[in-house]
Amino acid sequence: MSAVARIWGHERARLLVGVGVAGLLLFVVAPGVLSDFRLNLLAKFCCLAMVAVGIGLAWGRGGMLTLGQGVFFGLGGYLMAMHLKLADAGPGGVPDFMLLYGDGTVPAWWEPFRSPVVTVLAILLLPAGLAALLGLAVFTRRVRGAYFAILSQALAAAFAILLIGQQKVTGGTNGLNGFRSFFGFDLADPVNKQMLYYIAAGTLLVMVLVVRLVMRSRYGELLVAVRDQENRVRFLGYDPALVKVLAYALAAAFAAIGGALFAPIVGIISPADVGVVPSIAFLVGVAIGGRATLLGPVVGSIAVSWAETSLSERFPSFWTYFLGGLFIVVVAFLPDGFATLGRLRLRRRRPGPDEPVGTSDEEHASDEQASDEDEHDEATASAGRTA
Amino acid sequence: MTRSIRTTRALALSSGALVALLALSACGSRTDDEASSTSAASCVKTDGDSIKIGFLNSLSGTMAISEQTVRDALDLAAEEINAAGGVLDKKLEIVAEDGASEPTVFAEKAEKLIKSDCVAAVFGGWTSSSRKAMLPVFESNKSLLFYPVQYEGLEASPNIFYTGATTNQQIIPAMDYLKEQGVTKVFLVGSDYVFPRTANKEIIAYSEANGIEIVGEEYAPLGHTDFSTIVTKLKGSGAEAVFNTLNGDSNVAFFKEYKNVGLTAETTPVVSVSIAEEEVGGIGVDNIVGQLTAWNYYQTVESPQNATFVKAFKAKYGDDRVTSDPMEAAYTSLYLWKGMVEKAKSFDVADVQAAADGVTFDAPEGTVTVNGDNHHIAKTALIGKIDADGLIYPVWESDGPIDPDPFLEGYDWAEGLS
Repeated sequence: MSAVARIWGHERARLLVGVGVAGLLLFVVAPGVLSDFRLNLLAKFCCLAMVAVGIGLAWGRGGMLTLGQGVFFGLGGYLMAMHLKLADAGPGGVPDFMLLYGDGTVPAWWEPFRSPVVTVLAILLLPAGLAALLGLAVFTRRVRGAYFAILSQALAAAFAILLIGQQKVTGGTNGLNGFRSFFGFDLADPVNKQMLYYIAAGTLLVMVLVVRLVMRSRYGELLVAVRDQENRVRFLGYDPALVKVLAYALAAAFAAIGGALFAPIVGIISPADVGVVPSIAFLVGVAIGGRATLLGPVVGSIAVSWAETSLSERFPSFWTYFLGGLFIVVVAFLPDGFATLGRLRLRRRRPGPDEPVGTSDEEHASDEQASDEDEHDEATASAGRTA
Repeated sequence: MTRSIRTTRALALSSGALVALLALSACGSRTDDEASSTSAASCVKTDGDSIKIGFLNSLSGTMAISEQTVRDALDLAAEEINAAGGVLDKKLEIVAEDGASEPTVFAEKAEKLIKSDCVAAVFGGWTSSSRKAMLPVFESNKSLLFYPVQYEGLEASPNIFYTGATTNQQIIPAMDYLKEQGVTKVFLVGSDYVFPRTANKEIIAYSEANGIEIVGEEYAPLGHTDFSTIVTKLKGSGAEAVFNTLNGDSNVAFFKEYKNVGLTAETTPVVSVSIAEEEVGGIGVDNIVGQLTAWNYYQTVESPQNATFVKAFKAKYGDDRVTSDPMEAAYTSLYLWKGMVEKAKSFDVADVQAAADGVTFDAPEGTVTVNGDNHHIAKTALIGKIDADGLIYPVWESDGPIDPDPFLEGYDWAEGLS
């Protein structure tokens, strides 16, 4: 009993320390040392990391290779952008681009988004609802693996083409941009930009905690079980489709919230942010960080975004080669991401008797549960490396 | 287990509350505040021997192939200006950035150039979406962008100078030309994005007022390469001319297909507005010889200024390189900024804006003049014919430089367009 209590206490302390350190970094150190411009960049990276956290859950834990998170990111972004455009609109209440490219009237389906409450509710519910519907349709038909990946990617492509084609009501390739205020707050004011950063960083932190909660719940174990042996879970009397739908919808909601904050922080949301390429880009950070771990996706995503920005500033003509090289290294030597560096080291030091034998996929899975404790070490290790 | 879950939940709740608190305490001015403070004063350093300016073009991604040529022209202009003593006795110090063909990156890098590098002005951008993404950045930071590409008009920001053509300097003259040639049936084909759709809207309004029939309007997604359906429709439409606003690779496929079905430049000429000297080689001269283009500059323009420009460009980048309209507009933009700064005797944005009206430059395309009201420049429209040597030769030109009219206010038929 006392041993169990000790582990509990230990775990709890670690959680508190982890949240404390993250909070200190995000809310005290970052605003203290970064200029307004860099802080706004970090806010943008936090938005992208939100998508990564969701992908970590759906792909890393649930085995659903979601190549189309741009759809949900875009939905969130466009929903928010529609509200911002309507709120900024002049006396006639018609956004500027509709006067330029459209017939100067606001379509009926735009109207509800004049209300901030409707907008926020729509951002939280609409993409998640769509993901749930889609998930039900796809997972109950037992579409999985590469077929699901292709399907989700096709959806992202279709969504981008739809947005481009409907220039009169979506702004076409230009997207929606030129926001002046955020729920009444002037976006040109640096203090408000800082507020947006706090919101983004805080939201990200909450999302990570939610995912931790999910990962450690019975549901989280069920999700991993479905990833590794869907049929066995079915024989045990569970419906794997429902298990997957929940994770997929949660990932969609995270992506949508990320998109909704991305629009005012970056100042633009366009089809270039929602199509196939950005959807794959979301995955890169997750894969590099370590998709099945708690902090791998978020740290990996922020690190990759940061590297992209600083490398392209320093080497504007050939920065893409560095990133390409990094991907090759990770794919070749660390297929499960940087978070597994710690595990490799640990395994080498004490090759436990519980080392599972089996196909690589299975090994990966049971490894996951066996080394739950290791995860924190790895995560902190990778966080330390990137900091 | 339960305890740890409870802890997580408590932590999630409390950190949520903390965020809300922080966010509220960090609130800045609201838009309805009287003294809504805007961004801080500019950080441009003007006390040294040099002055920083930013070049922001896509060096990676799909637009890199076009935008690199603009960067080359900008570098040439900067080199020439520095060799001649700089601007107000200060050498130009270039901060180069890659826009990566993505609007969000353009916005990010523009902000970086203004806020971190403290540049006096930024030169670059190509696609409409990159310009639209950068516009709020330049307006809220009260900085300057010089945008060198022909575009769809309907814009006039006090913080942007547009040195490429607006629609009444390129598209409308091209329609005037077709009308003069007696064309009565025109087919529209374009890539699916803002410029073609807006341009075609204007062409349709023009045609209605001028007795020209639009016999088809087709769009292909950017990068689309299967044009059999569109070209078949085109052939069956009885079109006497085609107005082509396709962009990039699509042109290769379109002109190949066009030739395949037996259409020729003699029977059904195609007027293109996005094909310049650079693109002719990529499409293949055989596929496109004899077709028409509408621009304000060609490498073949005969003037001493152009001879010098082409010679200097080839000397720096090689004999096989060609010069095109956007490159010339970018080259001109740097000299126009120099002219404005020297007229204002200041690098300050407000002073430059105030001095801009009437600044002229003997550009390779001819003398251009800045319009202080809409920040565009007066340009001569040139219709060119693509020759077997891959160059484009002017066959028609407007009566002198056309005053820029981005909102088409001077055209009765354009009423209700914007």
